[in-house]
Amino acid sequence: MSELRHVGRESVRPDAADKATGRAHYIHDLVRPGMLHGKVKFSEHAHARIVHIDTSRAERLPGVRAVITAYDTPEVRIGFLRDNFALKRDKVRQYRDEVAAVAAIDPEIAAEAVELIRVEYEPLGAVFDPVEAMAEGAPLVHEVDARGRPVESNVLQLTVGHESGDLAAAERASKHIAEGEFSTPLIQQSCMGTAGCIAEMDVRGNLTIWAKTQIPFLAQRDFNRALEDMGLPGRNARVIVPTLGGGFGTGLDTHAYEFIAILLAHRTGRPVKMLYTREEEFANLSPRQSSRTRIVQGCDADGRLTFRRMEVLQDNGAYTSWGATFPTVMLLPATSLYRVGAVKFDARIVYTNNTYCQAMRGYGNPEVTWPIECTLDELAEQAGIDPFELRMRNRNEPGEVTPMGARVTTCGLGECLEGAAEKLDWKEKRGKQRNARRGVGMASLIHVGGSGRIYRSDGGGVILKLDDYGNVNVSYGGVEMGQGLHSALTLTVADALGVLPERVHINPTDTATCPWDVGTHASRGAFIACNAAIRAANEARRRLFEMAAEVYAQEVARNAESHRRKNPGWTQPDVFLPALCRPEAFDLRDSWLFPKSRPDEPWLRIELGRLLRALHFRGEKGQVIVEEAFYEPPSELPDWDRGMGNMSACYTYGVQGVEVEVDEDTGEVRILRAVSAHDVGRVLSPQALAGQIYGGFAQGVGYAMYEEVRSVEGRIANPSFTDYKIPTAAEMGFPVDVVIVETDDPAGPFGAKGIGEPGLVPTAPAIANAIYDAIGVRIHDLPITPEKIVAALAARRRETPPSR
Amino acid sequence: MKVECAFVVNGEPVCVDVAPAARLVDVLRGPLGLTGTKEGCGNGECGACTVLVDGEPVNACLFPVLEVEGREVTTIEGIGGPGGALSPVQEAFVRHGGIQCGFCTPGMIVTATSLLRSNPDPSDDEIRDGLRGNLCRCTGYVQIVDSVREAAKAMREEGADE
Repeated sequence: MSELRHVGRESVRPDAADKATGRAHYIHDLVRPGMLHGKVKFSEHAHARIVHIDTSRAERLPGVRAVITAYDTPEVRIGFLRDNFALKRDKVRQYRDEVAAVAAIDPEIAAEAVELIRVEYEPLGAVFDPVEAMAEGAPLVHEVDARGRPVESNVLQLTVGHESGDLAAAERASKHIAEGEFSTPLIQQSCMGTAGCIAEMDVRGNLTIWAKTQIPFLAQRDFNRALEDMGLPGRNARVIVPTLGGGFGTGLDTHAYEFIAILLAHRTGRPVKMLYTREEEFANLSPRQSSRTRIVQGCDADGRLTFRRMEVLQDNGAYTSWGATFPTVMLLPATSLYRVGAVKFDARIVYTNNTYCQAMRGYGNPEVTWPIECTLDELAEQAGIDPFELRMRNRNEPGEVTPMGARVTTCGLGECLEGAAEKLDWKEKRGKQRNARRGVGMASLIHVGGSGRIYRSDGGGVILKLDDYGNVNVSYGGVEMGQGLHSALTLTVADALGVLPERVHINPTDTATCPWDVGTHASRGAFIACNAAIRAANEARRRLFEMAAEVYAQEVARNAESHRRKNPGWTQPDVFLPALCRPEAFDLRDSWLFPKSRPDEPWLRIELGRLLRALHFRGEKGQVIVEEAFYEPPSELPDWDRGMGNMSACYTYGVQGVEVEVDEDTGEVRILRAVSAHDVGRVLSPQALAGQIYGGFAQGVGYAMYEEVRSVEGRIANPSFTDYKIPTAAEMGFPVDVVIVETDDPAGPFGAKGIGEPGLVPTAPAIANAIYDAIGVRIHDLPITPEKIVAALAARRRETPPSR
Repeated sequence: MKVECAFVVNGEPVCVDVAPAARLVDVLRGPLGLTGTKEGCGNGECGACTVLVDGEPVNACLFPVLEVEGREVTTIEGIGGPGGALSPVQEAFVRHGGIQCGFCTPGMIVTATSLLRSNPDPSDDEIRDGLRGNLCRCTGYVQIVDSVREAAKAMREEGADE
């Protein structure tokens, strides 16, 4: 490796200019020759038997090329537990169930045709509350599991539990105990670019699919399986990822609309595009799961945490996505945020006839950090200790092994706490502004920083292909969805290999050309890609230097000759060239090869493109350089029943704090300023890093204060940005200070840890704690709306009438 | 039934056959091939489809194409200079990180361009207020506001040089 010349320095996104000029191409912009447009007919009931589907009128509409239902297509099972189907047969279990689909020559005809499909249903008793769904006699959402075995309960057989330490003794030894029930709502990821795909089959039955996915290779596996279900065994799905209009977890599963596009493409022999409208996206794309958590935690007289019990109940909705594995990540903060000796954690997930849920940024972590950090402030109050001080006393430290077995290699939580407190003027402000209805609050986070192993391989590969002109073409199977992966990867390749960043070109993600990668989740993209790239670059340098030794003398002779021509008085310095013609004598930096011992002499420097041509064009000895490296992080797949295992190669920490002002008459909360402090290991791209932190924080504000997908008896009641409010620029009109702590993790590429998700993890409890500091009421159910604050203040007035 | 609609787009006169009820966004993205304009909601809520009609920002997803008859439309493709040169606003978005997934970017840049024409020296609050009709889910708007502020500065300096 060469010295760092680009990593950590200001640079611009490689795709920025194309995006700024409208030249980046999203799924919305792609067209294939002969392409048809697909449209789905969704269920009109939350739970009902399908009695009859009449597609005849739709079929007769001019321009319609195919109408399909489960009754005339092969059964294609989908989903993490294979409990879902591309098209539904016999019964629907949620409003958005796909009962039929159309392919037509334009989107308008497809939409018209869908309206002509008539479905006769026999409504069934439905269940919308996860607690009611667990009761005996509740309607069963699924009567059999994926293998056809009878199911007796709506509770999924996906258990994650953990118990460590002597809970009873720890509880007895506690001086203070805080407990409560907390909830989080359904959240719509709200990608600005809606979901869509284009499926195209060749005559042999191989599929090419342009997919809005974060998991190209797991999607390939799912699509290959579908081809098998369709009677096309051994055929291959090639997944190509266009520019993504946001991801935020929506791309961690394959979706029914994608399989429907495949079925329609197979039926018609034409490429078929499916594209959700915004209303369809709100109504039919799985939101983040809602959760209800019961927590009890305690501390001793000095504020040291003694134990923590948490029970989480999640509403799965009607089918199971990867998002149902949120508890695997909840386990980390539950057991490992601060030092706690005894922990019990249980999570249950229950089928209902609500819309089924999927992943979103943070993946379970915000859901449990919310109760942990709120009750931590309650403990601080009981113990009479400043909440900042209580956090400092319990902070994690390097070298610690947490109750779940997470091995803390590096940890900057203490520095983050101090940084946040300083930016907020904590000591001057905390508890001192109640007259002005102002308050400050903070909350911490732990998250996987070195990927999170929830699959048998957690790795990813990178191919570096050097061409005759000195370009480096990089193939990586993970996904740039806006987060800045390609910024970090470009700078890493530039420095690890020793080339100029502008000579690094990242190829489109394509399963046919990129090595396997488990997917872009768990804040792992840059961590994995850059680690793999460094390994590939090291090998490329080794081979390059080895071969350079064979041509260096000849190339230097050409340099000397040309130098002499241009500078007639020049005499070649007396250099013993054979000593320089050794692999270990070379360095490569910013696309120039030179001897380490004489870095500054122009006649001894060879430009990379010229060197590569010299290695290529030399008869039978000719070689080109293509290197691949696969990086599998040093982590363990946890034992989920016991909740034990070092799931990540390293852990990232952070603290967010806010100052708020509350209007007690209206319940309006105004954020006056905010700080987001993060242990990032090492900064790779400052611009991308800041973007992840600011963007995460804004999502955290929406989550905390106003976002909520309203589901009324299983139907989404607010499917638009008018009724589902996300933060606008006007709402974000307060300063956000960013504090960066570099802890240089040994597992990280140049020491870096993942930073994709942390920005929204502790936002809600930081705001709730600040509201408590300002007006002394605590809201347990997100979002913290003005109505809830007004109601809480009214309840307090009823309990404690003002003294006369 | 289709009718002819003649207007100027990015400085070039065009004449297209359109359905009378067609939306401007569909004509731009379809027959005119100007896919830089994005449709994010189809309902005038997100601003991704913002274009200028006679210099005024409109949501192309709500704008009937027949209403641009004889008028001038500017899309993101017409914001920059000739030969792919970036406008000061585009340059600032690139340099200051105002872009992540990029789906809101064309609309955001068109709106910001219009904002700076009417107010060359906006305060941060005025910038945020001017952009409130353009949703972004990635950035938290901080680097977008930085970009617009820096673009304004660069444009004022450029103006002072002339």
